Parts: sequence; structure tokens; C-alpha cells
Amino acid sequence: MTVPNSFRTGPDERGHFGNHGGRFVAETLMPLILRLEAAYEAAKVDPAFKAEMDFHLAHYVGRPSPLYFAERLTEHLGGAKIYLKREELNHTGSHKVNNVLGQILLARRMGKQRIIAETGAGQHGVATATLCARFGLECVVYMGAVDVERQKPNVFRMNMLGATVIPVTSGSRTLKDAMNEALRDWVTNVHDTFYCIGTVAGPHPYPSMVRDFQSIIGKETRAQLLEAEGRGPDSLIAAVGGGSNAMGLFHEFLDDPEVEIFGVEAAGHGISSGQHAASITGGRPGVLHGNRTYLLMDGDGQIAEAHSISAGLDYPGIGPEHSYLHDVGRVTYLPCTDQEALAGFQLLSKLEGIIPALECAHAVGKVMELAPTKPQDHLMVMNLSGRGDKDIFTVADHLGGQL
Amino acid sequence: MTTRISARFTDLAAAGRPGLVTFITAGDPDFATSLALLKALPAAGADVIELGVPFTDPMADGPAIQAAGLRALKAGQTLAKTLDLVRAFRDGDGVTPIVLMGYFNPIYVYGVPRFLADAKAAGVDGLIVVDLPPEEDDELCLPALAAGLDFIRLATPTTDDGRLPAVLAQTAGFVYYVSITGITGSATPDADLVSAAVARIKRHTDLPVAVGFGVRTPEQAAAIAKGADGVVVGSALVEAVRASLDENGAATSRTVADVETLVRQLADAVRGVRRGAA
Ligand SMILES: Cc1ncc(COP(=O)(O)O)c(C=O)c1O
Repeated sequence: MTVPNSFRTGPDERGHFGNHGGRFVAETLMPLILRLEAAYEAAKVDPAFKAEMDFHLAHYVGRPSPLYFAERLTEHLGGAKIYLKREELNHTGSHKVNNVLGQILLARRMGKQRIIAETGAGQHGVATATLCARFGLECVVYMGAVDVERQKPNVFRMNMLGATVIPVTSGSRTLKDAMNEALRDWVTNVHDTFYCIGTVAGPHPYPSMVRDFQSIIGKETRAQLLEAEGRGPDSLIAAVGGGSNAMGLFHEFLDDPEVEIFGVEAAGHGISSGQHAASITGGRPGVLHGNRTYLLMDGDGQIAEAHSISAGLDYPGIGPEHSYLHDVGRVTYLPCTDQEALAGFQLLSKLEGIIPALECAHAVGKVMELAPTKPQDHLMVMNLSGRGDKDIFTVADHLGGQL
Repeated sequence: MTTRISARFTDLAAAGRPGLVTFITAGDPDFATSLALLKALPAAGADVIELGVPFTDPMADGPAIQAAGLRALKAGQTLAKTLDLVRAFRDGDGVTPIVLMGYFNPIYVYGVPRFLADAKAAGVDGLIVVDLPPEEDDELCLPALAAGLDFIRLATPTTDDGRLPAVLAQTAGFVYYVSITGITGSATPDADLVSAAVARIKRHTDLPVAVGFGVRTPEQAAAIAKGADGVVVGSALVEAVRASLDENGAATSRTVADVETLVRQLADAVRGVRRGAA
């Protein structure tokens, strides 16, 4: 494959990133998706929209988030100098709020009063419920019944914030099924409802719109590292569910050829077990939820059930831009098992006093593998996408109920 | 080229009556029963058959058709077996049009050129693929038309006059008007609104317009059929399949008979409607 001049120009006007992306949705939704695209294009160049975003990002979300030198983790691993982008310090405890703020301000511009969302770990649901509370909007969150059970603290938070959480009992009862149900709601209530998608997936313009709202992560990282070290990073690493925290960090650096980039997929019980959520490592291109992308499925095109210890990564697909970045070889996608993530969860807690979300504990798991192979002047930035309070029950279970 | 679909709608127009379009899910509850159901439909009064292609994630379908698809998948149904089903049906019926209805992924994974060749050879007449709007015509619509299969588009209450020409441009066979904003088997459509919408579509096209989503009873079917060239009933039929199954989800002696009875009642109601010259 020929290497493009830039990795940052996508998508094309029809929403394609190479072979991936597109707008595979029912006709009922198509007019609204076109209106959303037009509204977003207008907002993007409107200084008033940017000013509003910047204000709330600073005063409500608490940005910029710190770029923190993980001194003891670096010492322990004995290789690359490791920096953590502290997205877990944002209001609501993860990177998800960056995107939700953008979409909620857009929904207000479009005059939509009812917001729906899907959620896996509950972090996107909490962020959406939070901003709906802040702006007085109705909020309905679809969440797989399995996830309602394993992420109880977040269900409580959403209820407290005034959102209606609807447990989804169809299919595998996880994130994929929550997204199906959200799409069914949207088709039904298309006249007054805005669908706030939580990751860089779905029909165009969602993948690029969500990426744009998250790209503040990479922009801040560049400036902060320049200040701390006088230069840019040598490598970036982030966990990939749909891929929003990863795209947020990566996008800024895609055209810096000296920067190595790693996305970490959830390998569950291991790729060979068949019980995993690593759609690039273990999947093939297919069409689901509005876009073409790598998917886990059988030979008949039936979508497989993913498995991950982390609810936020437990999805049989990945955002289309990641699929493209894999195809052209710009980003390397590595699988990380449940066990490796649990090791990362514990190590970061003990050495740095930071309990990570199980999602980004997968990135920690691969930092443990990669950092020792790098020289000491190698600058590695990991996206610490969320905090682990929501995961303490799951982790206690796996470690033998030592809570 | 006259396809079975256009021939059928021409005959219906000549007879001055609207058509009954029946939807069942391929392989529900198992291959053999599904074939028996298919074979029973024309004699019971179905003018056109829509055959649902099971998919794990049917985003536009309500609980009844979701469950039917899962029953079929559990019984081992695949897209290849769905084509086998059509082939077996065609053995005894060369005239009743068959339209496959489903989602793009199984077709994409099967491989579009191979699928179109196999579907045509099996005796499929048209395709309805819910998640392929005109914006994605290159994927399947244009190759299907080139292969001699009708690509039947969905028009919906949100498809305004500005968008209708694009939706109708590559549509063949008939236009499927989705009578509600929603999923299959949910709200009941308002017959007056539907007939106004059909009239609006007909200002843009000479193709027949069939109306579906949410039509359950013979009375509703007749009311909708007054303002359309065809009326589609799906969820009510797959519900009848479900209600006939034993406690293990297996077909019983009632399965085919119950569906036949309901189709006959629907057909009687629809055939009672007279239409002026189309
Ligand atoms: C903390 C955290 N990180 C990562 C993810 C995965 O999503 P994405 O890949 O879009 O960043 C989630 C999703 O729930 C999350 O809560």
C-alpha cells in the first residue's frame, strides 16, 4: 500500500477513512444525520461555539488535565520515561466528558431537548447524564443488563443525576446491544431526539466529530511535553474500545513520523480462546452500527459476542479511523489480556497512587511490556483515560474477593 | 425487462386491487418448517413474499422480528441456506415474487458479486437492505440493478420532497413506504396520513408503493390498502409462528396452519378493497 501524504485528512466527504466508515443507516435517520453534519460543520467554524466550548472545558470539566511524570513506574520498569495524561481527573472521571460537552452544545444549537446515549462502562452515560443535568435536558441511557450489574456505581450516579437508565436484555446484554437499542429509540423519536454517541464509531459524521472533540487531549499533550522536556514524544499508547480516548491522543501526532503509536485492544481470555474484544487482531472488515470497520463475527457475517473484563472495551467493533490507521500501518494494535490488565491495575495503584479504570489498565499492561524495551531517553505518553472507582467490585472478584 | 415483481403489480393493477405482501423470517423456527410456510403463503393469498434474512443485530426491528431472527440463527440458518430455501420454493412456484429483506453485513461477508449471482440463480427477485441508504448505492444497489435484481428502497416519514428524488432514483420493483418513524411491529400507522404520504410519493414516481411497519390486523391492512398498491404484514405473522411453537421452541402441527389462517384473513380483507386505475 502506498503511504499517503498525511494521515490527518480523513474522512472524505462521504465519511470514508480508506475502506472504512460510511453511513450505513436506515433511511429514517439519514435526513437527520445530514442535518447533524451540516450543524457540526457550521459550529466548527463559529468562534462563538469555540468560545463556549473553551469556557466549559476550563470551568466545568477542569481542563487542561495534567501531564504527569510517573517517576516510580518509570524507575520500576527501567526503560522509557513514562508520562500519564491524566484524563481521569476531568469532572466525571474520564475523557468521555470532552466529547459529551461538544455534542450537548451542538444539540442545544439544533434545538433538541431529548438526549439518548449508549454506555458500556457507564462513564459515557455518566458524562451525558451530567451535562444533561447541567443544561436541563431530558436524558435516557441504554446500558446492557450485564454492564448494569458490573458497573453499579455508575448506574447509581446516572440515577442521581436525573437520567433514566434502561437495562438492555437483548443479545449479549452489553455495549453492542445497548447501541442497537439506542438506534431503535432514535429511529422512533427522530423528531426531537439527539443521539450522543460515546466513541469514534457510528455513521459519519460521528467518528470524526467525536475525534475532534477528543483531540484536545493530544494538543495539550504536545504543549505540556514541550514545556516539560523541550520536545515531543517518542511513543504514544492508549486503550481502544471504540477508540475515542486513543484517537484524542493520537490525532495530533499522526503526521509526526518519529512518533510510534500503539493502540491496545482487549484480548480477554486470550485471542486463541475466542473470548476477547480485539477486533483488529481477531476480526475482519464488516458493517455494523452505521460504519464499515473491523468486526468480530462468524463466517456468515453474524456478529460475535465480545468478551473483556472491562465493560468499556467489551465491544465487537472499533472506530473506522483506527481500522484505516491499521490498514496503512500508521498505528500498531496490540492485544492485552484480562490478566495483563489486572496486573497493570494493581501496579499503577501501588506505585503511583492512581487507581486506573480497567479500560486504561489495558494500556498500563502494555506499558509494562514496552517501556523496558526502550532507552531511558525515550518519552512515552500513556492516556490514563479514567479512574477505577467504578471497577473495584470487578477487580475484587477476580483477585479472590479481597475487597 | 419484466421481473416477477413488476409482472405481479401489473396484474394487481389490472385486477383493480391492492396486493398483500407477507414477511416471514427465513429458517424460523427451522429450515423445513420455514419452507413449508413459504410454500403455503401464495395459496393463502400472499401476492409478494418478503423473506427476512436473519441477523444478530437487526437495528430497525422490534422484539417480534428480532426474536424470529434469533430462532432461525439458533436453528442454524445462514445466508447460503436462505438462498437454498428460495431455490426449493422456486421448484414449485415460478411466479410469486420473492424479496430478501435484511441488513448488509451478511451480504457483504458473503461477497457482493457472488451473492448477486447466487441470489439471481436461486430465484430471488428483489432486495431490501435496511442499512443501505442512497448515499451507499455503490455498495449493493447499483451492482444489484446491473445483475437484474430489483433494489427496493425504503421511503419514510422523514424522507421529505427534497430527498425523495434521490431515494427513488435507483429504486426498482416497488417503493416500500415505512408508515411510521420507528421499528417494525411498534406503533399503528394512521391510514389517512399514510395515504397522503403515498400520494406524495406517487407524484415523484410511477412505481407501485407498498406500505409496511406496524400493520397487524385484517382491518388495519384493509384501511392501509385503500391508499396504497400493497400492504406489508410481518411482525403479526412471525408472532403467529412464535405462538404456535411448543415449550422447547419447536414447530408444532399448528405452525403452518395458524400462519395460513392469518394470511387468508389478511388477504380477504385486502382483496375486498377496490382501487381505481393506477
Ligand atoms: C475510562 C475509559 N476508557 C476507555 C474507554 C473506551 O472507550 P474509547 O475507546 O472510546 O476511549 C471507556 C469506555 O467506556 C472508558 O470508560
